[in-house]
Amino acid sequence: MMKTCREATRLMSESQERDLHISEQAGLKLHLAMCTPCRNFSKQLKTLRRITQSYAQGGPEKVDK
Amino acid sequence: MSDQLAPSASATESNPEDSLQNPQFLVDLRQQMLRFASLQLQDTQLAEDAVQEALMGALKNFRSFSGRSALKTWVFAILKNKIADTLRQRQRFVDADLLVRGDREEHDHDELFDQTGHWQKDEKPKRWADPESAIYDKHFWRIFEACLSHLPSRQAQIFMMREFIELESHEICAAVEISVSNLNVTLHRARLRLRECLEDNWFGVEKDR
Repeated sequence: MMKTCREATRLMSESQERDLHISEQAGLKLHLAMCTPCRNFSKQLKTLRRITQSYAQGGPEKVDK
Repeated sequence: MSDQLAPSASATESNPEDSLQNPQFLVDLRQQMLRFASLQLQDTQLAEDAVQEALMGALKNFRSFSGRSALKTWVFAILKNKIADTLRQRQRFVDADLLVRGDREEHDHDELFDQTGHWQKDEKPKRWADPESAIYDKHFWRIFEACLSHLPSRQAQIFMMREFIELESHEICAAVEISVSNLNVTLHRARLRLRECLEDNWFGVEKDR
């Protein structure tokens, strides 16, 4: 069955804590193939993680202007 | 800033003595550490102790740092470990307040999706232009901190345990006594909210630069 965006974003979020099952991965891939906003969300989750890590490593201090 | 006035042309950042002789830098750093530790530990005294300990260690070794960011990375690493230890030791003591507050945050992403579970028309995530350059912009960091502080406190605490202190799921669940599914729901909400806030206030905003 087709996943909703709510469900797809939930799986994308959880994939940052655990490996998704094959069936979850397949359903998610199918959804992402057809849903641009969720593809954007997927990239943004990765960006968010990088940004937060950079923040934890003193990111704001590295810029002076 | 003083960095540009440093005599050594080879140093791209302030030298370590500048870092520590600049009282404002230390005051800001301490404040930031304290905010972070208080949010995690929910206890001002424990937070003060953890920050103090991390800063004392840094001051003792300050000559070994190549600049402010190295110093900051180091003190935050120490602080993170200290907080993680405290949280692990404390797992038996549940903060009942947190559980109550959690319930009130139940419906906070309903407005993002319609009844069929798809994005509301004006809530659809857009493409972010040049996300990599944001971290070099101090205005961005202000937005980021503001977005973080606008999260419900429990979401912020758990999000930072995961992404900032880099605790694993089971460690967070033990520390705040929630189930894994509860944790997943909380992280999902926090991420939805944060990305929305960053898009509304930074990535989705036309900037003339």
